[in-house]
Amino acid sequence: MQVLFARHHVRVFRFVLRLVRQQATAEDLISEVFLDVWRQAGRFEGRSAVSTWLLAIARFKALSALRRKPEQELDEETAEAIEDTSDTPDVTLAKKETGEVIKQCLTLLTAEHREIIDLVYYHEKSVDEVAEIVGIPEATVKTRMFYARKKLAELLKARGIERGWP
Amino acid sequence: MNAKINEAQELPEDVELLLPWHAAGTLNRRDAARVEQALANDNELAARYEMVREELGEAIRLNETLGAPSARAMEQLFAKIDAEPARKPKLSFNLTAWLTDFVTGFSPRTLAYGATAAAFAIVLQAGILAGVFVKEGTLGPTLASVTENSGEGSFVLIRFNPQASAADITKFLDDHNASVVAGPSAGAGMFTLRVAPTKLSKDELSAVIKKMAGNPVVGLPLPTARP
Repeated sequence: MQVLFARHHVRVFRFVLRLVRQQATAEDLISEVFLDVWRQAGRFEGRSAVSTWLLAIARFKALSALRRKPEQELDEETAEAIEDTSDTPDVTLAKKETGEVIKQCLTLLTAEHREIIDLVYYHEKSVDEVAEIVGIPEATVKTRMFYARKKLAELLKARGIERGWP
Repeated sequence: MNAKINEAQELPEDVELLLPWHAAGTLNRRDAARVEQALANDNELAARYEMVREELGEAIRLNETLGAPSARAMEQLFAKIDAEPARKPKLSFNLTAWLTDFVTGFSPRTLAYGATAAAFAIVLQAGILAGVFVKEGTLGPTLASVTENSGEGSFVLIRFNPQASAADITKFLDDHNASVVAGPSAGAGMFTLRVAPTKLSKDELSAVIKKMAGNPVVGLPLPTARP
């Protein structure tokens, strides 16, 4: 268990933190995730990667926590309404820190879109693995990723970064 | 409903939907080749792919800035594990797993000594068994149904037909409630059968012999005293 924890806890923590947005809650949840893994070790059939199994459990825990504390979640309208008080769009462009703006916009996506972006880009999960973790068909995985990227592009455009797509 | 139709209409080709996975390197070989070919033939798609790569880089950088959980998470986990009730032992016994665990618990040197001792024990046992057989002169086949070699009862001397099978002989013994108590005799191949647990009268024994004589499994049976 110590080896498993050492190998996977940081990535699981980051996945959960991106969903629940609170450090303390994320830490509590990953201890619950690995406790569940310890309890259910006999049920793991090895048909998927351990990390996929861990992320599926982590996702379930995070969503359950969000349901218990709905105030932690930012809905889409709230996210869009957040004003960047540090820079105006012009200043942002002037600084040419597109990367920073993209990162900022990635945090403003809905939980559903953040989740799929992270699973694909950061956790390097294939279409079928994402389908297994999120519990949706593979075709839905592809379209959800498309709409997450589209939303990201709209958020960037609102901050003055026009990429010519969509 | 209209919104859904509009969304469906704006969906790009499948190959464009796969760009994020191509950038992450998680497509299978066939899909990756398909995307590569499309990128080579479509400049606009290639430009969009660059956007995907930019998003991927920033998503990774964003996640990497999230840091790691404090030691509290690990302490909490192992405290919870310690507080768990002891697990029940497995009801089923897996011999292979047990043997593997047992053997891996020894050092190579101990295993080598153990294997040598086991080989010596096998050779010793083989030697003792061979000695017993040679001494008793019973290296040839014997009749498995010989259960007694003495006692009270009525007995018949008999020779089994050489063509009779073991099944035939067994059936014959069952049919007559008989058991082999001695034999085969050296040279003659005769067996002594107990045909009754008590001493039968002469007529009773004759009736038994007559009944046996009609069976092709045996030759002419003869009455005999107890072996």
